[in-house]
Amino acid sequence: MKKTINLLVTLVIIAGLSSCNNSESSSNNQGALTGNAAEKVYVAPGELDEYYAFISGGFSGQLSVYGLPSGRLFKVIPVFSQDAEKAWGYNEETKPMLNTSHGFIPWDDSHHPDISQTNGELDGRWVFINGNNTPRIAKIDLTTFETTEIIEVPNSAGNHSSSFVTENTEYVVAGTRFSVPVPQKDMSINEYKGNFKGALSFISVDPEDGEMDIKFQLIMPGFNYDLSHPGRGKSHGWFFFTTYNTEEAHTLMEVNSSQNDKDFIAAINWKKIEEYVNNGGGTKMPTNYAHNIYDEKTHTATSTMKKEVLVVNPSEVPGAVYLLPTPKSPHGCDVDPSGEYIVGNGKLSANLTIHSFTKMIDAIESEKFAGEAYGIPILNFEDVLAGVVEQPGLGPLHTEFDGEGNAYTTFFISSEVVKWKLGTWEVIDRKPTYYSVGHLMIPGGNSRNPFGKYVVAMNKITKDRYLPTGPEVTQSAQLYDITGDKMELLLDFPTIGEPHYAAGIRADIVAKNSKKLFKLEENNHPYAAKNDDDTKVVRNGKEVHIYMTMIRSHFSPDNIEGVKVGDKVYFHVTNLEQDYDVPHGVSMIGANTSELLIMPGQTETFVWEPKQVGVWPFYCTDFCSALHQEMQGYVRVSPATSKLDLSWSLGE
Amino acid sequence: MKKSRLIMIFGALLPLLLFVFPLWNITLEAPQYPTPLGMNIHINDFSDMHPHDIKNINLMNHYVGMQYIPDAIPEFKIFPVGIIITSILGLLIGVFMNYKWFLGWFILMVTISSAGLYDFYLWEHDYGHNLDPKAIMKFTNKDGSVMGFQPPLFGTKHILNFTAHSYPRLGTYFLGTGILLGLIAFYIGKKETKNIS
Repeated sequence: MKKTINLLVTLVIIAGLSSCNNSESSSNNQGALTGNAAEKVYVAPGELDEYYAFISGGFSGQLSVYGLPSGRLFKVIPVFSQDAEKAWGYNEETKPMLNTSHGFIPWDDSHHPDISQTNGELDGRWVFINGNNTPRIAKIDLTTFETTEIIEVPNSAGNHSSSFVTENTEYVVAGTRFSVPVPQKDMSINEYKGNFKGALSFISVDPEDGEMDIKFQLIMPGFNYDLSHPGRGKSHGWFFFTTYNTEEAHTLMEVNSSQNDKDFIAAINWKKIEEYVNNGGGTKMPTNYAHNIYDEKTHTATSTMKKEVLVVNPSEVPGAVYLLPTPKSPHGCDVDPSGEYIVGNGKLSANLTIHSFTKMIDAIESEKFAGEAYGIPILNFEDVLAGVVEQPGLGPLHTEFDGEGNAYTTFFISSEVVKWKLGTWEVIDRKPTYYSVGHLMIPGGNSRNPFGKYVVAMNKITKDRYLPTGPEVTQSAQLYDITGDKMELLLDFPTIGEPHYAAGIRADIVAKNSKKLFKLEENNHPYAAKNDDDTKVVRNGKEVHIYMTMIRSHFSPDNIEGVKVGDKVYFHVTNLEQDYDVPHGVSMIGANTSELLIMPGQTETFVWEPKQVGVWPFYCTDFCSALHQEMQGYVRVSPATSKLDLSWSLGE
Repeated sequence: MKKSRLIMIFGALLPLLLFVFPLWNITLEAPQYPTPLGMNIHINDFSDMHPHDIKNINLMNHYVGMQYIPDAIPEFKIFPVGIIITSILGLLIGVFMNYKWFLGWFILMVTISSAGLYDFYLWEHDYGHNLDPKAIMKFTNKDGSVMGFQPPLFGTKHILNFTAHSYPRLGTYFLGTGILLGLIAFYIGKKETKNIS
């Protein structure tokens, strides 16, 4: 009977999805027509935006770079998915970046970008982002806006409560959404309960070069670890994870994982565990995961398989892990700028639950526990509760902060952003989103000092908001001005893939470090030709290596003979330009790969396996100069039995 | 020591600053170069205003058949020697010789500098007119003659999509001041001699 009622409640909530205009969200539908919204988002030609927004592509696997307040798209940074435009995962140099313990994986689901911090403020050095499907964390270098490192996360699945950084980027943290057997083994799914585990990974970040290394994995009970955020200020040293499926169900999860009245927020004292492992604690577990690093000097990535990971069980470190009861499958886990309030966005709850860090510490110190789960102390809900925002909307997902004592929460089911006050828990304002908002982002929102000027809401559904493009229509972002008491909708703009989450930062922090080109004299690519004298064609059995250069507006060499059917021809092409914004591209007819798009001073390689006799052209694919159309060359392909020696030339 | 001698000695030393500061600068502006391309001409070197500017000027100019700006020209050997010799000469004159020699040094320096400027003009003319017959793009003037791309000797000039600026730099100002001080020293020396007699 109880099950039936619960099912009914679920159905009622889902029904809310289809009636997108409930009474609460109909108060102000004027949107961008009000006031001087157009003026506020207008960035005149030649002028620059005030903020960078790094908006993840969700199922596109990439990270897009937008300007705010204009909503203009600048770049799509390839991260987890092959990108033929930039040869990411196609050229020989970047293929190792997509290597995993499962082999080459050309796609992932990129979710939560987070910008590196120093002293709790954004320093704009790197963006970290998680690959959800085949668990990975990537690091994007904000001097080149390119992915320079990807580390696979073993013992994990559905790498969702990731990739959030601590106050000094000591760690980037990755939690598993799906618990799995640790280590993996052949066992009955029925035996989930008590046997499956949830690994929370603390990946250290080198303060100098940013290199990532899994410091330890905390092996937690088999719940679903949904989202997380670090403590900051007074709560620095702690990390908070929302959980659902504390029922430990393994089938028909939408029902079976939604039974408990309260799930948990897991509070992890990572400083304590760090101390424990620094003193030799933890167990080295055999495993297998890829660690891929791109070297900016050789312009080449290497993939290393790591065979071991340090694991820690919560029971080994008493006082390091506590469970805070939180209503109804909480989704977002957000910590306010002071570090005092931990917001549990109970997605199936009508209310919003806020815990107090101070009260949590008091309860721990007075050892007031309500019980335990797998040896982990459970605190009393009332003992840690700071307050409740009563009935703010339906389906709370995520909360961000403006640094002025206000919080902004998205409500997926009622399609709105609600502004409320920390401490008094009163609702101040609400504005509709179009439609079904997931995350929202205030630039600097995950730090001690948010830049509380705009909030970006990221919507899953747009239906009638843009010109239709067949059954598949764009998802979108919406920009609101939050400088006044009331939020003001300024702008809608379409996004790539699913705009899952975003991180924003004041542009001046990042723009000044952006590189203009790669220095040719620092190019250590083993196949680089740094001037025309270095160009050559070398045969090694059936492999032919072409050391080629490109500069406005020719390739050198541009006539090559002596290649035979059945050869494997490597084009190693170096862009000799040393001028800002003069890339060249190259592509070869019939090559089973993408073009190359090569920045000044860079070397990239593609492989061509000619299958037909003839004379085959290649050309520059980026409109580089007035003589771009002339930037082309020919390769003569002779029969496999031909005795013709290799020869090459330019201008003869 | 007399005031005129001090001025003469100071004047003779100033041209040595050419070893520190550039003589001349040519800057090229174009819409697609929001940061202009520029070259500083030193007494013994051409240098980039921003990294790789000369390489990029060469790349631009090869479309119309202009020669590459050479790494070194014979003047880079002659000019430094000339400046050192004339500075020592001026120094010796300032210390040992009477004021009439100051005028002599002034005239020598004006002559040498004019020759240097004329040499610069000849190089510029050759650079702008001695074009590769296989030039990718050939432009003609309204009268049908082949268009030249000579940068101005002094001033600003529009050449196709570029605006070229050519102006002296700090080194030239020091040289000029030094030469002028020679003349001033001459007049002061003349006055000093009169006062004594």
